[in-house]
Amino acid sequence: MAVSAITDDYTGERLDRVENFNGNQLVYVGWDRHLLFCAPVAFLLPPDLPFSTLLEETIPGAFSLHPEFAQIDWQGVEWLLDDEAFTPDPGKSIAEQGVGHKSIIRFATPGLDGIQGSGS
Amino acid sequence: MSTRKLNLKDKYRLLTRDLDWEPSYRDYKEIYPQEEFEGIKITDWSKWEDPFRLTMDSYWKYQAEKEKKLYAIFDAFAQNNGQQNVTDARYVNAIKLFLTGVSPLEYQAHTGFAQVGRQFGGVGARVACQMQSLDELRHVQTQIHAMSHYNKHFDGLQDFHHMHDRVWYLSVPKSFFDDARSAGPFEYAIAIGFAFEYVLTNLLFVPFMSGAAYNGDMATVTFGFSAQSDEARHMTLGLEVIKFLLEQHPDNVPIVQRWINKWFWRGTRMLTLVAMMMDYMLPNRVMSWREAFEVYFEEAGGALFKDLARYGIEMPAYAQTAILEKDHVSHQAWSIFYNYTHAAAFHTWMPEEREMDWLSEKYPDTFDKYYRPRFEHWREMERAGERFYNPTLPMLCQTCQIPMGFTEMSDPTLTSYRQSEYQGERFHFCSDGCKDIFDYEPEKYVQSWLPVHQIYQGNCGGAAMEDVLGEYYRINLGVDNMEFHGSPDEERWNQWHNLQSAQEKLKKAS
Repeated sequence: MAVSAITDDYTGERLDRVENFNGNQLVYVGWDRHLLFCAPVAFLLPPDLPFSTLLEETIPGAFSLHPEFAQIDWQGVEWLLDDEAFTPDPGKSIAEQGVGHKSIIRFATPGLDGIQGSGS
Repeated sequence: MSTRKLNLKDKYRLLTRDLDWEPSYRDYKEIYPQEEFEGIKITDWSKWEDPFRLTMDSYWKYQAEKEKKLYAIFDAFAQNNGQQNVTDARYVNAIKLFLTGVSPLEYQAHTGFAQVGRQFGGVGARVACQMQSLDELRHVQTQIHAMSHYNKHFDGLQDFHHMHDRVWYLSVPKSFFDDARSAGPFEYAIAIGFAFEYVLTNLLFVPFMSGAAYNGDMATVTFGFSAQSDEARHMTLGLEVIKFLLEQHPDNVPIVQRWINKWFWRGTRMLTLVAMMMDYMLPNRVMSWREAFEVYFEEAGGALFKDLARYGIEMPAYAQTAILEKDHVSHQAWSIFYNYTHAAAFHTWMPEEREMDWLSEKYPDTFDKYYRPRFEHWREMERAGERFYNPTLPMLCQTCQIPMGFTEMSDPTLTSYRQSEYQGERFHFCSDGCKDIFDYEPEKYVQSWLPVHQIYQGNCGGAAMEDVLGEYYRINLGVDNMEFHGSPDEERWNQWHNLQSAQEKLKKAS
């Protein structure tokens, strides 16, 4: 449905086009059932960032304050990329495996359900 | 010359409706160019019933009397060092949130009503909007004056209007009003006049004003009383707007219903800030958010929508979701601000033990299960000298602009993610309500100025967070922001009252 406007051809400028991010892109990451981090977080990342860097630097930088972070069995982690099951390839860049601008990467850690199992 | 005193009815007629005239040499549509584009059909403006009969001269007289009393109390409050008599210094953080988040909305309402009043062909509606516009201007002024006294003794109040335009969480109330003001005149009247002033206003004003009363804040309470008769007038205007539109033409009903759905949802999202204020920021609690929501929305709103059913109007879509969320949103919002209080112009803290017990009692189904373990963990971290701050910027909802801290009501441990695609770009939402609003008018909401994305685009003063927070937001770092315990606010308060700080107590205990 088109917006009701006083001009016939009203269009809005998308403020968060990928071109506005100086060669980088937005990527959101959420750790399911760990709401000690109140919301998923937003990163500004180069598209050619290897997934291994995301795993070894970006994600620990955001989530290692959680006491369960050190207990994560990374082999058993269940990944979702934009709501689809996903098996990341650490050797490839994020863009090469379909992590686009404003993609959401979610990871679930079965057996780790937050502080006292509360989902925190 | 004999002077004849007019009776009130004649005076009202002469000073309002009789000021109108039929245009003769200009086309009606040229004079009121915004009356039709929203699809609203007005067949007869004369059917508008003035919701209150007040002429400008009596308006001035009446308001002047109220102001005289109000400012006498402000003076007394200041002379008696009233700031020392509030319950404790944590309370003032509710005032900081009000001044930066709500008072600028009064100003937005002032310009908004002036703007839409100009667009209505009916003189009754124009006069009512003019009065409300003036009320709103008076409210922003008196609020600033009431709270200016706190600015002399507490941090974070010094740049409220600058902050309102820039700081991340203040984009929530700001974008709410920007959305209403950039809509057409009838949508604005439904959004602000009906959904906000009529359906939800009690959830904003009663908690803040009773909160002030319960916490020794005479200045704010007195402002509340002074605004009360205006608010009653605003409510009758909101009700007249909706009845008038629904009675004018059946084609108006679905349009009005959509606006009710939208503005109810936008309103409840914004009131999340009030929810956390009630449950966490008032040292003396009035009632829980859940209780307030039950009284003011479920009971009062339920009765209202029963009345409107004869026009074919239903309860707002997602009212059921909001009812389920009443057990969660205050805790989720406090978690958000606790996570990011290093980027806020007020302080947060973990509730004391007896306050946690109060929350457990008021939220028997949710607090102990989902939130208490989290809060106790944060409290332990603070005691260990490692107060938790989230090191990464949060993902925001495209519509309400709140960090994505709301969860699925079917499983409250899981973040609620919703997504749409528009022009090849992904857009993300915290709820079905926010997604629906976007999907109906994506051209509008693709323009959302999302603070996190703006920081990443480099539009907020630089790449370093110190520049964003200190230079661009004008937060005094280490003073206005961070944990309450150990803050200069707390230190001053303890000096006034010869109290030990929590840190000193901890030092002694360990």
